[in-house]
Amino acid sequence: MNLARNARSLAAAAAVTALTTAALAGCAGGGTGTGTTTASSSAPAAAAPQVTISYGLWDPNQEAAMKQIAAAFESANPNIHVDVQVTPGQQFFTKLQTSMAAGNAPDVFWMSPVIFQMYASNGALKSLDDLGLDTSSYPSQLVKGCQAGGKLYGVPKDFDTIGVWYNKSLFDAAGVAYPAADWTWSDFQTAAAKLTDKSKGVYGTAAELNGQDTYYDTIFQAGGEVLTADNKSGFGEPQTIAGLKFWTDLIANGSSPSLQQMNDTTPLDMFQTGKVAMLWSGSWNVKALAASPVADHIDVAPLPRGEKAATVINGLCNVEAASTKHPAEVKAFLQFLGSKQANEIEGKTGTVIPAFNGTQSDWVAAYPNYHVQAYIDQVPVGVPMPVSKNSYAWMQTEGTTLAGAWTGQMPVAAAAAAVEKSTNDALAKEQG
Amino acid sequence: MAPNTMTDPTRRTRAGRVRPPAAASLPTRRPMRRSDAGWALLLVGPATVGLSLFYLWPALETFYESFTTSGPFGGHTWSGLHNYATLLHDTELRGALLNTVWYTLFGLLGVPVSLVLATLLAKPGRRFVAGYRVLMFLPAVTMPAAIAIVWKWLYHHDYGLINLGLGKLGVQGPYWVSDPHTALIAVAIVGMWAGIGYGVIIMMAGLEGIPPHYYEAAKMDGAGPLRRFFSITIPLMSPTIFFMTVLSVIASLQTFDLIYVLIGSSNPSLPQTRTVLYLFYEHAFTQNDRGYGSAIAFSLVVLVIAVTAVQFKLQKRWVHYE
Repeated sequence: MNLARNARSLAAAAAVTALTTAALAGCAGGGTGTGTTTASSSAPAAAAPQVTISYGLWDPNQEAAMKQIAAAFESANPNIHVDVQVTPGQQFFTKLQTSMAAGNAPDVFWMSPVIFQMYASNGALKSLDDLGLDTSSYPSQLVKGCQAGGKLYGVPKDFDTIGVWYNKSLFDAAGVAYPAADWTWSDFQTAAAKLTDKSKGVYGTAAELNGQDTYYDTIFQAGGEVLTADNKSGFGEPQTIAGLKFWTDLIANGSSPSLQQMNDTTPLDMFQTGKVAMLWSGSWNVKALAASPVADHIDVAPLPRGEKAATVINGLCNVEAASTKHPAEVKAFLQFLGSKQANEIEGKTGTVIPAFNGTQSDWVAAYPNYHVQAYIDQVPVGVPMPVSKNSYAWMQTEGTTLAGAWTGQMPVAAAAAAVEKSTNDALAKEQG
Repeated sequence: MAPNTMTDPTRRTRAGRVRPPAAASLPTRRPMRRSDAGWALLLVGPATVGLSLFYLWPALETFYESFTTSGPFGGHTWSGLHNYATLLHDTELRGALLNTVWYTLFGLLGVPVSLVLATLLAKPGRRFVAGYRVLMFLPAVTMPAAIAIVWKWLYHHDYGLINLGLGKLGVQGPYWVSDPHTALIAVAIVGMWAGIGYGVIIMMAGLEGIPPHYYEAAKMDGAGPLRRFFSITIPLMSPTIFFMTVLSVIASLQTFDLIYVLIGSSNPSLPQTRTVLYLFYEHAFTQNDRGYGSAIAFSLVVLVIAVTAVQFKLQKRWVHYE
């Protein structure tokens, strides 16, 4: 009996709750209903239903150009709305992976070679073989970077190389000649030493602990490898160690701030405030540098050559999430992203070096005051970014371990040996 | 979250200790009517559903995943105790555990500091107490990431206020957060600082529960302020001190945001400052090894439970309940 009464009171309560919810839902429903009616009556021409697709990316510096591309696409496809979503830096991948697992990833997003294989091999991306993309419109290296297992998974978006930015005022003050196109490691080291002025807190260069921007480039210039052809670590090779020593020597002889200093203030900030005379920086940073306080007295030169000339060349792809609910609209958007028109927007706004053959000159023309052609001229000596299936697993340990060599606590050779071991362990795990 | 989990155990202990004789009077209380139980269920229902959905379910999921090798996008295969076997030989984990223990010990220093501050604030006749309380409590209502960013600037080698002050004294300050020798202390200071506000509020509430006539009587017998502090305040505050200790240890064992923002992944002192929770983050979210990450997370849970259980055992020796 008690139970019955109990059940009854509960049922009453539930009924009240249900009624309230229903009432609320009713209000909401009414609201939307009216909204829809007004919208459709004011725009009777739009026959196809409005579809929103999301476009995920990680670089806030490119947001404006990407929105411009989205707007150009929308004006040609009025029934599709593109929602540009920016998640800065490393968080992008953390968030992407979580939303991927939850099944609500963006429909289209940028893909870095560093994690491309992991995504492609796990069925997270849709194959784009039926997109009808003319792959001969892009440099073959970039197309290769968007392929896995013989299938195309991405539309080449842009590419980047590394160059040396230098502060002309500091060069003039120290009486050092500006870098020549064919300069060498020893030219660079001599200039860095001469440009260093401890009393003013000025350093010749900054030995940033960053694979792509600094030490991978010198490893390749020394003739070393980060990963070998049979997918092992190349950190046991003496040439690789020479590429690392290039930077640790610069810190040791005082031509570069210490790692601790660079951790407090980033090298990019130091360069932009005139505290660093030469900065190795990717072409994606040009837009930011051109707007910096030192913009009117800086320029860019190709990287100095070691045993040979080399730079990391890296390309991004636009990819489609396998989970997308709007494949037709996404297909149209991807075709547009790969078009000359979209690439011209990337170039003319000076955002990044576009992938579409011939549009690179638009990017160069966007910077008449700088010799940014140096980035393009280095393409023939470009070495693709070293990647594996789960690159972050070994890259992270590599960075932490090399920090010991950068601070001078650990001999470079010992740190390299430790990296060789941890990288090989991580690579073995990928196979298993 | 903290107040919820923590007030309960102390209350329970206190009730259990304070009035065992009173328990005898319980049956005379009006018995709970069945319909009351229905209402009770309805009232706790939403919280129970929420907690189960957002805490209990993920915890169980984590426990399960710690026995698997997981793919980056959710697939996983059973691998038994493999993750736990790897844990035993993980030198990084050993370092992280040691760092975590140091943080916990440093964090405990915040307990006496907040007791002393609370005693000073609670002094009768002190003015602007409400203002001080607000100031003290501000860190507790500020996001940890914001706190870390502000401290990062304070610790800056060239432009930070701390080194500026040291410079005035003729001392060249270190690279606080990137020198492996000072980084752990620098982070621990921020953690302690952020926790003090909360501690002071709890301690002040505890102090208000001490009847003033104890102090008056002691004063009449000639006890000085120090004597009164050690012979009246500390013993009578021991339940509150115990509560703060448990809370502080649990919070320190879970240090993550301070390391993430103040230290960061490219910092040379990361191995000397990385906590267990940060290591979990690296494995689960950067290296995409969620199975192993889950094993680390679960070991941390076991550690927190074990340490808390030990504290509850030990409290019998030093905590006085009136």
